[in-house]
Amino acid sequence: MLLVPCPNCGPRNASDMSYGGEPHSRPDPNTASPEQWRTYLYLRDNESGWITEKWYCSSGCRKHFKLERHTLTGELRNPPLPGNKTGGHK
Amino acid sequence: MTTRLPAQPNEVIDRSKPLAFTWNGKKMRGFEGDTITSAILANGEHIISRSMKYHRPRGVLTADFWDPNTSVQVGDEPNVRASHRALVAGMAVSAQNVWPSLKYDAKAANGLVGRFLTAGFYYKTFMKPAKMWPAYERVLARFAPGGKVDLDTPHGYHDKRYAHPDVVVAGGGPSGLAAAVEAARAGASVMLVEHEHDLGGHLRWGSNDDADALAGLVAEAESAGVEILTNSTVTGRYEDNWLAIAQRNHPIAVERLIKARAKVLVVAPGLIERPYVFAGNDLPGVMTSGAVRRLIAMYAIRPGNRAVVLTANESGDAAIDELERAGIEIVKVIDARTGATVTKASGSKSRVKAVTCSDGSIVDADLLVTATGWTAPTSLLNMSGDRPVYDPASARFFADSPPDNVLTTGGIAGDGNRDELISHGRSTGRLAAARAGVARHRIQAATTRATAVDGPEPAYPDDTRSPLGRDPHPELFRSTSHGMVDFSEDISSKDLFGAAAEGFDSVELLKRFTTATMGPSQGKLETVNTVAVLAEARGETLAEVGTTVWRPPYAPIALGALAGRVFEPVRVSSIQPWHEANGSTPILAGQWVRPEHYGAPQQEVRNTRANVGITDVTPLGKLDLQGPDVAKLLSQLYTNKWMQLAIGSVRYGIMCAEDGVVLDDGVTGRLGDEHYLMTTTSSGAGGVWNWIENWLQTEHPEWQVHVTPVTTGLTSINVAGPNSRELMSRLVGDDIDLDPDAFKYMQVRTGTIAGVADCVVWRIGFTGELSFEIHVPSGHGLHVWETLLGQGESLGVAPFGLEAQRIMRLEKGHFIVGQDTDGLSKAPTTGMIGLLKFDKDDWAGKPEVAWALEGDYPRIVAIQPTDPSIVPDEACQILREGTKDIVGRITSSRFSPTLDRAVCLGQVTPEFAGPDTTLTVQLVNGEQITARVMQHHAHFDPEGERLRG
Repeated sequence: MLLVPCPNCGPRNASDMSYGGEPHSRPDPNTASPEQWRTYLYLRDNESGWITEKWYCSSGCRKHFKLERHTLTGELRNPPLPGNKTGGHK
Repeated sequence: MTTRLPAQPNEVIDRSKPLAFTWNGKKMRGFEGDTITSAILANGEHIISRSMKYHRPRGVLTADFWDPNTSVQVGDEPNVRASHRALVAGMAVSAQNVWPSLKYDAKAANGLVGRFLTAGFYYKTFMKPAKMWPAYERVLARFAPGGKVDLDTPHGYHDKRYAHPDVVVAGGGPSGLAAAVEAARAGASVMLVEHEHDLGGHLRWGSNDDADALAGLVAEAESAGVEILTNSTVTGRYEDNWLAIAQRNHPIAVERLIKARAKVLVVAPGLIERPYVFAGNDLPGVMTSGAVRRLIAMYAIRPGNRAVVLTANESGDAAIDELERAGIEIVKVIDARTGATVTKASGSKSRVKAVTCSDGSIVDADLLVTATGWTAPTSLLNMSGDRPVYDPASARFFADSPPDNVLTTGGIAGDGNRDELISHGRSTGRLAAARAGVARHRIQAATTRATAVDGPEPAYPDDTRSPLGRDPHPELFRSTSHGMVDFSEDISSKDLFGAAAEGFDSVELLKRFTTATMGPSQGKLETVNTVAVLAEARGETLAEVGTTVWRPPYAPIALGALAGRVFEPVRVSSIQPWHEANGSTPILAGQWVRPEHYGAPQQEVRNTRANVGITDVTPLGKLDLQGPDVAKLLSQLYTNKWMQLAIGSVRYGIMCAEDGVVLDDGVTGRLGDEHYLMTTTSSGAGGVWNWIENWLQTEHPEWQVHVTPVTTGLTSINVAGPNSRELMSRLVGDDIDLDPDAFKYMQVRTGTIAGVADCVVWRIGFTGELSFEIHVPSGHGLHVWETLLGQGESLGVAPFGLEAQRIMRLEKGHFIVGQDTDGLSKAPTTGMIGLLKFDKDDWAGKPEVAWALEGDYPRIVAIQPTDPSIVPDEACQILREGTKDIVGRITSSRFSPTLDRAVCLGQVTPEFAGPDTTLTVQLVNGEQITARVMQHHAHFDPEGERLRG
């Protein structure tokens, strides 16, 4: 089972978390075309290499946070953002 | 006739503790410390089972956990590994897969027609015709191996444990023990997991010096604080060193699954001795060198009287010494290092009598010992992503490049004498502890609330261990004759040649076609020989053919241990003790145990409509929302408008997901300027909380809203019926005015009820009656419930359960999310078109709902069968008359005691949604009935006069 580095709780079992997938910016609901809206709902790039994902620490601190995951190796790391105490990439 | 030898210096049996047991009904005696097979052998019997396909007699081959033909029935427990399971007084042991008896087995006739039972026989023979499959299955099931399952066996207690050790060492031989000792001394928390009953590996059947060294290591491990788990197996390694450990020696649990997250895993399983393939290699009396050494040294068993030893290594040489010391005649030694070998073992049906050597000589013997090489059990390396590499010079596989947090030591890492193995283990333990220290430091540093991080991160330690050597070993897999490759599945080398000739010449195909390696030993004994025989058939090297990947579990794990204890809590309201004491029938609804009814749900409905009823609705999801931006949040979540909700008012709303599908619904009330109480469906409470957090944290972090789930903090009671106001008036304090003009429908008040302060009460009407829903601090829930019953006695108050609730809501035509809607039902399907506010700037799912409205979305409609006495089952299909076209389905149905007829809700296509449309409903029994679409969702009181009263 993956060990997911919650920026708040530290490494926790993936079963403590909810997976949110790749984040997608939300189009303006009043002007979005069906294509744009459904791209937001369903289409993900899923590129080979490092991608950014949303995770939710649903059994812990209940924080939503972003992680980077390598789609080939399964490695996880915190993105280099202010507020992530881990300091991002190692 | 006993075959027990005089006392051996390091025997594990305790001769002062005899144990009585039975073998196939015959009374026998063993000693504490015996395995089942050592005890049977001690009593002079040597056939333990009949083989799977040919029903050939089989005995002990390896005398350990993987002994392929020693599965027995013990009492009501089938498939017990008799060469591993410790003997217990009173055990009733019997052979499996025999009829009528182990000695005279009728199915041994299969052996005579064996040429018909080659690989793929069952696939080919019982393929056609397909209609005969059930008949084939009945016959073949009788031939299936395995013991008898007793359906009346009581459930044993199984358990789970979660552990976070720094270092787990898989294997308690000299190297693993030494690694555990040093890791623990270096400050790591260490779990040492040994598959067998005792620590020590091959030191257990070695010299007296070996025994002393072992005792010293065990003492070191105990004083260093190593947690030692014997008769336990690391069955699987998953991402980030998540390990599944089956603990079979737990004092209470039948078997316990330990889920261990190790910072470093040390793989030290030792080596498994490989059987040799030649004609007659499955005759009882043919054993590996490890088997005879175990039997003599540990259990003081005389394995035979006249022995031939085929040896290619030190283990075979040591077996010769051991046999001689035990007084067993060595009639011939065949040294495989010189190129000599064995070509055939022959004998009666039940025992070796003669051995044919490669020089043509034939020797009389009743024991043939083979020491032809080792298989590295690389399972945990495979599971770590490593692809072990075959080394022809030492005739076994070695790790390639496992991850940094997986280290190997002992036989799987190389060869050495006792001191070299221990020394390598110690350096491995130190390295493991150092790497675990870095991992521990990183975990601390990555945790916001860590109180202390010990200094800067230590340097990551490189692997500077001096590696173990690799002893040369001849490649010995098959002699010049054909014999068994897979002893548990009865697959011979001839079968493998045949399968390869048929085209199954990739190892993965061959394995599946022949089932070689797929028996109880799971390839531990057979995989390398299988690959070697295939390589021979293909004229290639073993490295070219490649091997299969060993997957979890390494050893079998009880299903009970996987199930373990159920950790999901059962939730009950504070009134549950009253429900239980007053004849309620419980029903499990999600995590909640609720009263379904108190004996007569139809009567509960009648009483509520005529007088007053009270029901426990505590499972209703409740979220306390506070802050200046709650109205903005509600506007975002619900399809309707919330910015103008007055203090003291409640409103109903529907929530959609971003794809427009109905997510939840419920009532939210404004208790104060910045204080709201939201209710959700019982099953949706957790999901809605997550949904709210998602909006607040990811889309609108600027909104100031604090969310607190209060579902169990408040006990909720619905008081419904024409007498409900009168009943409430007997309980409320002066701070709540119940006058219809002061407290109107869809309003909320806070105040004192039955002396309990800080209650919330609102007027809503799920049942369709005048009703008050009260939310009481849960410590006082039972008090308020009992007060309602006491004060309402003269008003005809009676409790009603979930079933009466469901009937009344259906009479009123209220849909239930997830019952009358499904994962495709977008908001317009509910019919609540007036609640879809497109002039509001934004709400979740808004564009999808707008597009859905333009299309042919299915409609929820109220339906009444023409025959009022027929209640169609929920999920019955609605058909286009005279066709099989499905145009809808019944989503809810009940018999209404109020209307004295069947009432339903259903989803239909727009064409069939108009009032007074006649529908064709197909019942479960295939019969078709007609039904009518009603004008309103509400079957009863569509104008809602009662609830506004």
